[in-house]
Amino acid sequence: MSEATVTRVPAAGPGRPQPLDLLYGETENELRAAVRSVLEDKAAWPDVLARTETAETYDSALWHTLAADIGLAGLLIPEEHGGAGASYREAAVVAEEIGRAIAPVPFLGSAVVATTALLSAGDAGLLAELASGAVTAALAVPFAAGPASLPAATVRIEASRPGDEAGTYRLSGQVPGVADALPAGLLLVPADGVPYGLYAVRVSGGGVGTTPVVSLDQTRQLADLTFDGALARQVAAGTQAEAAVRAALLAGAGVLASEQFGLADRALELTVAYVRERRQFARPVGGFQAIKHRLADLWVAVSQARAVARAAADRLSQQNEAETELTVALAKAACSDTALKAAQEMVQLHGGIGFTWEHPAHLFLKRAKADSIGFGTADAHRASLARLANLPAPAAGA
Amino acid sequence: MLTSDTGLTGQGPAADADGLRAQVAEFLTAHDPKSTEPLEFLRARFDAGLAWVHYPAGLGGQGLPRSLQTIVDREFEAAGSPSNHPERNGIGLGMAAPTILAHGTPEQKERWLRPLWTGEEIWCQLFSEPGAGSDLAGLATRAVRDGDEWTVNGQKVWTSSAHMASRALLVARTNPDLPKHEGLTYFALDMRQPGVEVRPLRQATGEAEFNEVFMTDAKIPDADRIGDVGQGWTVSMATLMNERVSIGGNALPREGGMIASAARTWRDHPELRTPGLHDRILRLWADAEVARIAGSRLRQQLAAGQPGPEGSAAKLVFARLNQEISEFEVELAGADGLRYDDWTMRRPEGANFFGRNPGFRFLRAKGNSIEGGTSEILRNIVSERVLGLPKEARMDTGPWKDLPR
Repeated sequence: MSEATVTRVPAAGPGRPQPLDLLYGETENELRAAVRSVLEDKAAWPDVLARTETAETYDSALWHTLAADIGLAGLLIPEEHGGAGASYREAAVVAEEIGRAIAPVPFLGSAVVATTALLSAGDAGLLAELASGAVTAALAVPFAAGPASLPAATVRIEASRPGDEAGTYRLSGQVPGVADALPAGLLLVPADGVPYGLYAVRVSGGGVGTTPVVSLDQTRQLADLTFDGALARQVAAGTQAEAAVRAALLAGAGVLASEQFGLADRALELTVAYVRERRQFARPVGGFQAIKHRLADLWVAVSQARAVARAAADRLSQQNEAETELTVALAKAACSDTALKAAQEMVQLHGGIGFTWEHPAHLFLKRAKADSIGFGTADAHRASLARLANLPAPAAGA
Repeated sequence: MLTSDTGLTGQGPAADADGLRAQVAEFLTAHDPKSTEPLEFLRARFDAGLAWVHYPAGLGGQGLPRSLQTIVDREFEAAGSPSNHPERNGIGLGMAAPTILAHGTPEQKERWLRPLWTGEEIWCQLFSEPGAGSDLAGLATRAVRDGDEWTVNGQKVWTSSAHMASRALLVARTNPDLPKHEGLTYFALDMRQPGVEVRPLRQATGEAEFNEVFMTDAKIPDADRIGDVGQGWTVSMATLMNERVSIGGNALPREGGMIASAARTWRDHPELRTPGLHDRILRLWADAEVARIAGSRLRQQLAAGQPGPEGSAAKLVFARLNQEISEFEVELAGADGLRYDDWTMRRPEGANFFGRNPGFRFLRAKGNSIEGGTSEILRNIVSERVLGLPKEARMDTGPWKDLPR
């Protein structure tokens, strides 16, 4: 046998991993209540459905309320930069609520992914700007890119132009299918050149094209980005820039798992309520065992998803890279499958009404399917476990 | 800014913990574990209220939180004290004791709990019958009263430990004219009497963990009835609730369950790997780890005094995973998967998945979705009690004796 035959149970980083706190704390419950109350008021599903057919598919008024009044824009940003100084545990609770409401706001892209990149790079100025809610940011990578490997940079650095200030750069290239870029005023762009780096580009500065994509998920519309000599400032270079992008994608996948859990939990709740009401053959359809058992299985899957989503949020709040990578991969794989299953059961168990445009089931289905691809598919995350859990693939040609 | 809502806080329990350590030290001074006869030691420990501290004073405990028991156990173990071998009396400690505590008379508690805890009396559970599996309340074993004595006739099945037990928890039909749930009464049966015959029940694995128990004019004094006549179903539910609590299981390390040997084989035998099997082991490993994390969450909820219904999920997941992982393991073994280790009829002390080959695990795991409530019954329970969906339409109301069988 050519490969190592040493049996090794994947441990985690140096020493024993810290214990997990898988429950919700008091602060988290309070934050949840505040977010839910705003979303119930301003993002009931008829509002969400109506917005998908308007020009502005992101709800900027709703985001302003959440970002400014509840402080979600700067949730992860330290207090010294004007943020709330909270952890990924709180961010995950917010994501659960946004998933429950399938709300069209750029929380994940701006307050989690872009913010994590800036936290990693240590850019105090931009963090303060984000915390104030004055600007919304997005990391210019395809939504489908997962944390397993750095996405290939499709933007390059060009020669400076006469009159450009020292320390500024010009970027050209394209990034397809970026989430939460439509409402963003600031783009964080990984770009190749000397050096590879992460660059800040103001959309208002010219040379930036933001083309809305006809997206499978109408509640998180993607954008194709083009840069044509766009003026940029360097945020981080070399390995520091790589680390910033990697941290951002890991946080994105981990917090998206909580959003998926929230979506699944709500889909289950709405479906249970419906089958208790809906009568056929002179009895509620929820009394038929064929339906009861499907919903019991779904409830089991949702319970498991909640536990692993909490685990990922807790690990993101700790300093243990190996354990975090492993738990995020587990959570994103499990929650992707469960959210999709929940949305599909929602459509099927609602019968005909669940297939209509006027009922929200299709919005849950579309968001669940798109989320299952966002920040890496379940399959891609399980493939990461081959490395993280020491379960190697067959040798090539085997 | 985050506060964990687990763990003990405040002065009380900490002071109790110190007090308990002092009590154990004092006890050990008075009863040297090296020189005291084991049974005498265990009886004295029970009488000192250091057996199970969450039980009432006078019945082996001190009415303290259950979480403090581990402190006491650790102190006794560190001193090399004799054990009551809880692994030999799982039904007694896990199910009979809480049932007796909740529904027994003061005299019964006094008489049964001490020998139960010390291991002098092993208990078993006479519930399931050939004609009453999922439909436990439909059981047919009859108990007929004559003055202060009951006479029992019938057959029970799937009884673990019956060949070692001196006492049994028995539920029997005492009034066939009532609807099925109302005509049941709960007893403690003396297993060591001529009217009780225990036969091994050989299972698909080749061995016999369980028994069939035949009762032919077996006798029970009325003093050994637990609860009122006709209250058998209520008392049985108390027993079964304790069974489900114990299924929540212990904290396991990563790869602590059935996935361990599959992962080991995968790592040690690169020649067995194929792309299809790789996808399966990644899925199974992930599912097992997620289930383990969900189990941790359940225990944290219990410790924080927020018990949730997720315990019902644990057994469904455990049964499915054990079956899928062991199916995988036999397939991974390839040609070796065609070999079985031993079909000899044996009497193991309990279910033990390890120390046998993958074929054994494959076969034994089939019981996991049947024993202790089938997965189908559990799905009914989840959908009705957790999700609030309508109950099944009933065909079995009216007197038990008139139900079609």
